[in-house]
Amino acid sequence: MTQTAEQQQKAATTRRNWALSAPALVVLALFASGPLLIVLVYSFLRPGSYSGVEWQFTTEAWQGIFLTRDIFDGTLGWADAHLSIFWRSVKLSLTTTILTFAFGFPTAWFIATRPARARAFWLFLITIPFWTNLLIRTFAINEVIRNEGLMNTVLLRLGVIAEPIRIIYTDTAVLIGMTYVYLPLMVLPLFAAIDRFDMKLLEAGYDLYASRWQVLRRIVLPIVKPGIVAGSILVFVPSLGAYVTPRVLGGGKNMMIGNFIELQFGQGRNWPLGSALSMLLLLIVMVALLVYVRAATKGGQHG
Amino acid sequence: MANRPFSVTDLPGFATIAVAAFVALYVPILTLVAYSFNGATSVAVWGGFSLQWYVAAWDNTVVQAAAMRSLGIAACASVLATTVATMAALGTTRTAPFRGQTAIYVMINQPLMVPEIVTAVALLIFFASIKVATGYTGLAYLVMAHTAFCIPFAYLPIRARLEGMDLSLETAAADLYASRWQTFRYVTLPLLAPGIAAGAMLAFVISLDDVVITEFVKSAGQDTLPTYMLGQMRRAITPETNAISTALLALTVLLLTAFFLLTRKRD
Amino acid sequence: MSEAATAAVAVEGRNLVKAFGQGNAAVRALDDVSVTIAKGEFFTLLGPSGCGKTTLLRLIAGFESPTSGAILLDGRDITALPPNRRPVNTVFQSYALFPHLTVAQNVAFGLQMLGKPKAEVSTTVDRMLALVKLEAFAGRRTSQLSGGQQQRVALARALAPAPQVLLLDEPLSALDLKLRKEMQVELKRLQTETGITFAFVTHDQEEALTMSDRVAVMSAGQILQTGTPRQIYTRPANRFVASFIGETNFLTARISGGAAHLAGGVIALPAGTADAPTATLAIRPEHLRLVSAGTPGALPATVAHSVYFGTDSHLHLRLADGAELVARQQTAADGATGPDPGAEVSVMIAEGAVQVLAE
Repeated sequence: MTQTAEQQQKAATTRRNWALSAPALVVLALFASGPLLIVLVYSFLRPGSYSGVEWQFTTEAWQGIFLTRDIFDGTLGWADAHLSIFWRSVKLSLTTTILTFAFGFPTAWFIATRPARARAFWLFLITIPFWTNLLIRTFAINEVIRNEGLMNTVLLRLGVIAEPIRIIYTDTAVLIGMTYVYLPLMVLPLFAAIDRFDMKLLEAGYDLYASRWQVLRRIVLPIVKPGIVAGSILVFVPSLGAYVTPRVLGGGKNMMIGNFIELQFGQGRNWPLGSALSMLLLLIVMVALLVYVRAATKGGQHG
Repeated sequence: MANRPFSVTDLPGFATIAVAAFVALYVPILTLVAYSFNGATSVAVWGGFSLQWYVAAWDNTVVQAAAMRSLGIAACASVLATTVATMAALGTTRTAPFRGQTAIYVMINQPLMVPEIVTAVALLIFFASIKVATGYTGLAYLVMAHTAFCIPFAYLPIRARLEGMDLSLETAAADLYASRWQTFRYVTLPLLAPGIAAGAMLAFVISLDDVVITEFVKSAGQDTLPTYMLGQMRRAITPETNAISTALLALTVLLLTAFFLLTRKRD
Repeated sequence: MSEAATAAVAVEGRNLVKAFGQGNAAVRALDDVSVTIAKGEFFTLLGPSGCGKTTLLRLIAGFESPTSGAILLDGRDITALPPNRRPVNTVFQSYALFPHLTVAQNVAFGLQMLGKPKAEVSTTVDRMLALVKLEAFAGRRTSQLSGGQQQRVALARALAPAPQVLLLDEPLSALDLKLRKEMQVELKRLQTETGITFAFVTHDQEEALTMSDRVAVMSAGQILQTGTPRQIYTRPANRFVASFIGETNFLTARISGGAAHLAGGVIALPAGTADAPTATLAIRPEHLRLVSAGTPGALPATVAHSVYFGTDSHLHLRLADGAELVARQQTAADGATGPDPGAEVSVMIAEGAVQVLAE
């Protein structure tokens, strides 16, 4: 044996650590990561007659994301219906991200600048919606904005409107719903970043004649940027793949990517297309995560 | 002194927006809870305080079955996930860097990074093939699926607790002739216990709350509470849904409070 | 106070009170403090932690508002002005440099906030960096600098907008001894060159004595004495100031007929010293000398022990009635360290060195 005692020790440690991690890895490989490969494979197959697939290689599913074949003359054209779904998804996700930031940043700032005891209380208060079932939260906002919901009932009683405002089953309803549901996801990383922020820098800013707005723009925002990026990713990614919220608040018509994927495994009976769409969604998410890691590590170089 | 004293941390309008946001967050939830006690049968009109919907939900055999299933799956998934997560945490924390450590870490946290719908689709396809091959359509699929995505939620609090633990205690045990197993059993484990409990609690809540993956993976008649409610929302919504939601909410708040108390730093 | 009254006044604090908390539990960080800082002087607030010196500084800067009282800058009442409208700049104890900006950008910040034209900002920044000898570091990030360099950036940043008063909150406390002494010289030079009024806060009495034109000694929210370093040292107003500044021996004695009666001897006091049954006398260790036995006016004492400091030795003496005195004796050229413990000696107090203290 030419290994030193240290090397043997290191090898033994590595073996032990892998052995300890193995059960978790096996479960995840079988029931989380592994199946993703199956999806990738299925995206290159042909749809079966009723459901499932036929084992024949084709790229039709991927093409079908963006293009449709005219049934009469067989020419390829843009799949308008699909594209409008993508456009809606991206538009709603981006708008949700912006809205949750607009409301979330002041909220996170508020919590972080409370005295210690009050801060624990406000944190607890923001954490409850965070852990409440997504469905319940969607249902709750539904109770407010639907035709006989709280908002309309109050406005009708006050005489401000004569007829209920019909928001439900529109893009606006989905937007309101997603902003409501994902707001806590934006607040928590922002709070973490602001909590680390050295408040003395605010004093330094005011000492050097900055106005409140300048302090915000020139000192606070640049330094808490990693938190902003984290919160944005934490909202953008799930909202892009949202399923429950658009289903409950958008009805069947205003589909986002998530609903469109589900359709392929339900009535649409096109598993390969659903698989391809899932892979596309995963790809977009991976890219967004890379952007986050890049921005976060760059920000980490500041003291 | 006529003016308000200058506060360094005040930013104009922020407090107003923040309070408005908190109000906006809680009004829908409180509305939902309030309507669960509605005495009237119509959703729009308030007909006095009543527990009729809770009674209705309690007596509803479908709801009972769904609730049992939810709790059962959550319990199993939570136990399984916490066990393997504890082992994985011990293997990846407070150890000298070893080959593949980052890969393991990425793998464990991967469910947090993949959109739920993608995982749901993947499991649907995977299980469909197995169902065809073996004919088994029981609850094991749901339990294993839940276990998988609960692992990172159990892992993170345990890892955090482990990292915060004082290494010198285990060194002291070794100095006092404890074997590796004895050190683990009498020193490490008791100190780790709050972290494990927190992880288990978190995993339980996450499993209980899951909608998307459960919806895709379940076979007919295998509703959990969330999927049952989702189904109701497609048809007629009755305040029974409010009652169930409020009950789930109360359970979450209870578990969250316990989690907060467990992970609070002791001074 | 007459010297300050004839010079122009830069900052004046009138009857300042700062209380924290409510009702019975309220703590007064400043308890009816009045202070005057003259233009162009290096003024130091000296005291132990918790005495209120930093609170007073923060009131001048505007980060806190007084519970009652007023702050005047150049004769103008600025009590209600927010900090970003006071022509006063601060060097923070933790430097508070902006981590996301370079050294040059930090220094430029105040000027930019004031809306100065780019050319003026640029030349001023260059001038400031030259003043603190950091020209080579203009493009660096502040986290890459050493503690001493960061301190100089903080200084340059606060001086750049040419404030009427520069406030320094224990700026040297984080530096090691050698660097601190260098910076003390630097700061004094800067103040003389720029002519800007400096208000300096420290708990280090040696720092206060070496750098200041005038010192205000504070304790428990009040100013106990204001004066030049020489005045504070040689004529401490009370026991606290006497023991906080330098080292002091305290003796209790009866005063009658213009002399202090101690066990073992009588010491002459300045003519006109009032009679008192008991009074506290303060005597500096360097004013005590060992003399040959029998010298008139000397007190007999026994050597308890001595402590060797290199440049001198501290002889701990015990008088006939048990009172203790510490005498400082310079080490002789041949290295002899003086009498051994247990030796009987005679100790003489230099003429005019006894201070009778008002408690």
